[in-house]
Amino acid sequence: MSILEVNHIRKNFGETEVLKDISFSMEEGQAVSIIGSSGSGKTTLLRCLNFLETPDEGTIKVRDEVLFDGAKKENPSEAQLRQRRLHFGLVFQQFNLFPQYTALENVCLAPQLALKEKNEAQQKKITEMGEELLERMGLSDRMGNYPHQLSGGQQQRVAIARALALQPDILCFDEPTSALDPELTGEVLKVIRSLAEHHTTMIIVTHEMTFARDVSDRVIFMDGGRIEEQGTPDEVFGHPKSERTKRFLAGY
Amino acid sequence: MFWTVTLSLLEGFLTTVKLFALTLLFSLPLGLVMSLGSMSKIKVLRYPIVFLIWVMRGTPLLLQLLIIYYGPGILFHTNVWGSGDGGRFTAALVAFVVNYACYFSEIYRGGIQSIPVGQYEAGKVLGMTNGQIFRKVILLQVIKRIVPPMANEIITLVKDTSLARVIAVYEIIWSGQAFIKSDGIIWPLFYTGAFYLIFSGLLTLLFRYLEKRLDYFR
Ligand SMILES: Nc1ncnc2c1ncn2[C@@H]1O[C@H](COP(=O)(O)OP(=O)(O)OP(=O)(O)O)[C@@H](O)[C@H]1O
Ligand SMILES: [Mg+2]
Repeated sequence: MSILEVNHIRKNFGETEVLKDISFSMEEGQAVSIIGSSGSGKTTLLRCLNFLETPDEGTIKVRDEVLFDGAKKENPSEAQLRQRRLHFGLVFQQFNLFPQYTALENVCLAPQLALKEKNEAQQKKITEMGEELLERMGLSDRMGNYPHQLSGGQQQRVAIARALALQPDILCFDEPTSALDPELTGEVLKVIRSLAEHHTTMIIVTHEMTFARDVSDRVIFMDGGRIEEQGTPDEVFGHPKSERTKRFLAGY
Repeated sequence: MFWTVTLSLLEGFLTTVKLFALTLLFSLPLGLVMSLGSMSKIKVLRYPIVFLIWVMRGTPLLLQLLIIYYGPGILFHTNVWGSGDGGRFTAALVAFVVNYACYFSEIYRGGIQSIPVGQYEAGKVLGMTNGQIFRKVILLQVIKRIVPPMANEIITLVKDTSLARVIAVYEIIWSGQAFIKSDGIIWPLFYTGAFYLIFSGLLTLLFRYLEKRLDYFR
């Protein structure tokens, strides 16, 4: 059973067709990289998976549970939407940390709010989990800092810890290093690499080709709202079949 | 003489402070409601509010005071404001509340719209409810951004209260000016100025403190 199955997803913004019939699936513990030129619809696809956008057609299934079916014209309630979103995590290009909270508070806020009844033991458990996550991100000495006191790379690592805190089935990254100075990308990529080594299920949209090749189990090349080619890193990077893929990769 | 003047000015100042405090009490929440209305997707709600804001911000408060006080009586032959000092005070209060609610609503709107959409989206993908996102993520950021413009507006209100005298609300300047006629002395007017300076000075300190308290994040 695939952990994620995406079938025939379409999305229009007004007249523009941004996603045209996207289908793919992935297995638990896999890291899938999505590459493709600017405007090919990578961000839109991640936003559809996280229910920040509603696809016009298609289905999204997680562990055989249908989370979205475009054929059923349903209007999910806010609570239903929230339930579905929790299957996915999203790390944004621009981090989007909450400025008024420390690194640790950023990580713990959502889990704390999700508690049915707030007792001290539970709160303490969440704090401990938050500390552990930040430690894994190499930020043990930065837990009490506010976002503006952190470098971009540190902020992005806090954002990764924040997403992990909710234990999503699938963690999505939208160009996690694109907003960073070149000398800071390494520390973020290192963290993502270690997540891959621990078999965290991930979808990574990235322009870091070497990284995508190294880290992922599968690679998807998107072009003009379609999946032009997909396969193992070796297939896509080493022996691309499509002319467009070849031309795109030649640019790197 | 000094004590006579002081007592008389204090009496006027009481009216000034009352008008100031009651205006804030009503216009701060009313402004919030109006700002939400002015950002609403529902046109029948948005358009009238946007129109009202345009009119109230685009015409002098002095004019609004006169129209609100005299208008109902002359146009509809009913005295909605009641008689005497109390009636005039109520009319002035209504004019101030509506006028300032319009200014505040624009400040709130600017503050709310200046929060990047990424903050809402981050809350959503973390499974927060809309209420939680507003209370736990957005609100404090909005407050931080609106404190400086609100401080400006509120200090302007301190001075604007003197306009109420056009409909014979006996605020502090009225009290000070009375001594020109009765005793031929001008210094009570300077004394009046001192009241304003101290009052707005205290408010400035208060807002500076607030800004400091919110300085820990960007
Ligand atoms: N909210 C929107 N309204 C209208 N058009 C949009 C919207 N969001 C994205 N688009 C359009 O959809 C297309 C795909 O955008 P998307 O952001 O998904 O591309 P991308 O592959 O992530 O590109 P990049 O590499 O630059 O991040 C673009 O042409 C973009 O202009
Ligand atoms: Mg993008």
